[in-house]
Amino acid sequence: MALALDKPTVRELAHIYRVMAGARIRADWQYRVSFFGYTFTQGLITVLDFLQIAVIFGQVDSLGDWSIAEVSFLYGTSAVAFHLGDLFVSQVERASQRIRLGTFDSLLIRPLGTMFQLCADDFAFRRVGKLVQGTAVLVYAVTALDVEWTVGRVGAFAMMLVAGTAIFSAIWVISASLSFWLIEASELMNSFTYGSSFATEYPLHIMGKWLRRLLTFVVPAAFVNYYPSLYILGRTDPFGVPGGVRFASPAVALVLVLVARAAWANAVRHYRSTGS
Amino acid sequence: MSATSGDAVIQVEHMSKEFVLRKRAGRFRREKVVVRAVDDVSLSVGAGELLGYIGPNGAGKSTSIKMLTGILVPSAGSIRVAGVDPQRRRVELARRIGVVFGQRTQLWWDLPLRDSFDLLRHVYRVPAERHAANFASFVDLLDMGSFLDTPVRQLSLGQRMRGDLCAALLHDPSILYLDEPTIGLDVVSKSRVREFLAEVNAERGVTIVLTTHDLSDVERLCSRLVVIDHGRVIHDGTVAEIKDRFGEFRTVVVDLEEAVPALSIPNCETVRVDGVRQWIRFRRTDVSAASVVASIAAVAKVRDLAIEEPDIEDVVTRIYTESP
Repeated sequence: MALALDKPTVRELAHIYRVMAGARIRADWQYRVSFFGYTFTQGLITVLDFLQIAVIFGQVDSLGDWSIAEVSFLYGTSAVAFHLGDLFVSQVERASQRIRLGTFDSLLIRPLGTMFQLCADDFAFRRVGKLVQGTAVLVYAVTALDVEWTVGRVGAFAMMLVAGTAIFSAIWVISASLSFWLIEASELMNSFTYGSSFATEYPLHIMGKWLRRLLTFVVPAAFVNYYPSLYILGRTDPFGVPGGVRFASPAVALVLVLVARAAWANAVRHYRSTGS
Repeated sequence: MSATSGDAVIQVEHMSKEFVLRKRAGRFRREKVVVRAVDDVSLSVGAGELLGYIGPNGAGKSTSIKMLTGILVPSAGSIRVAGVDPQRRRVELARRIGVVFGQRTQLWWDLPLRDSFDLLRHVYRVPAERHAANFASFVDLLDMGSFLDTPVRQLSLGQRMRGDLCAALLHDPSILYLDEPTIGLDVVSKSRVREFLAEVNAERGVTIVLTTHDLSDVERLCSRLVVIDHGRVIHDGTVAEIKDRFGEFRTVVVDLEEAVPALSIPNCETVRVDGVRQWIRFRRTDVSAASVVASIAAVAKVRDLAIEEPDIEDVVTRIYTESP
């Protein structure tokens, strides 16, 4: 028998992902009006979102002693990392909907991982729009910043985007895992994901003590951009956070990804033993 | 015939599944209620068998199928399907089985039917030539040529079911599970599905397990019948055996020369009288049809007669209503 019973290689998985995501894009293309409508309104919302920052800086010259270029840098890195996670991973939140409709079972009768299938099968190309807007802000910030781009800074910048995307993606997966138990709690779940996105658009030190602690220790979104930005922008944290924290993002991302994997496996195990 | 464990492709021992439901008790308190959906089921299915798995609503049919496909994990007992433990090696098992849920399609809703088949080739990593050969053969057998380019959402139920059957078989599974494959189909579509299943079973040697409420599916297709109720197996045997066991009554229908009051025949019961026609029921184990006919002829002038065998519908109704 020439049937492939071995595990697919990473190359094969990448191919299957492309084919499945491509099918979803073609399917969504059937509803062009809705596609463009969504892209347009989302574009408008994200532009207004960034305008908030412009409005603030119309009134004040700095925010927590950070300039508009620096805050834009935070906003841009947050937006790029968040929307990369949104584009490639946030589909996992469809799991609870599928459980309610009874279509989660279809994922379990196919020879692929459940998370992989959700990410590929529910791929939504329309989310690219928000990523473009975030990238534009980031490009503006980088050109407006008065920073000398040493090798170390460029490396830290690349690392920050990778780790940031991983952190946001892990938060999506963890909150989607929790929704296996709390099927009706999607609002609560969104407060983790969108909440951490919003919180990382501004310098952490302008927030209250408990929020700072929450974003460092509980939902470690501050590692997405604030701490690594301290190094890149040559800033120090006014509350005396140790210098090493500026380089801790990859480690935090790794731990969070491992937690997310375990949470997802646990959630799927829960589903397979309870059927709900 | 029930297969020996040597060539069994499905081996189930003492499989049970419990669900915990939370019922409201008072305003805020919730009480836990444990429901045994499947209760100590043991089953062995041989390669190439075509097994009907039947039972009333809520009997545990779908839950059983879900455990045999690896979707659900049993609370107790052991399962081996195609040499694999579905609980631990779901992904590996998925390549060797095909699954059709009659109520839900596995096809890509917004795309032409053809695209779903192509996607599944990648998902299951089926070699291209093999896929093409299977595809050509199924399109022919299921007569799908005219609607391959129609989006799935625009297909009729019968067309969609044919598409789902093809989708479940393109990767050459050795076992095919069907949960209510003929539900909602018209007579023509039903018989087409049945013919196709018989063909796939005979020509390709695919083992088929099918749940259904439609007993004509079972009667036309299945060599073996497992009846489940309240999560327990209450019968496992051939269709003929189940008729023997539960359908012990046969009925002689006689048309007499003239209308008379209900006849009284030894070891028989006259269950209905309608003009010159009388229905006389007897237990096949007590008397033979020949002696009943002779006894009737001795007391009345018979113009015509017929002997009614129990049909599977009656038999199963009796099983459902009599089991506790």
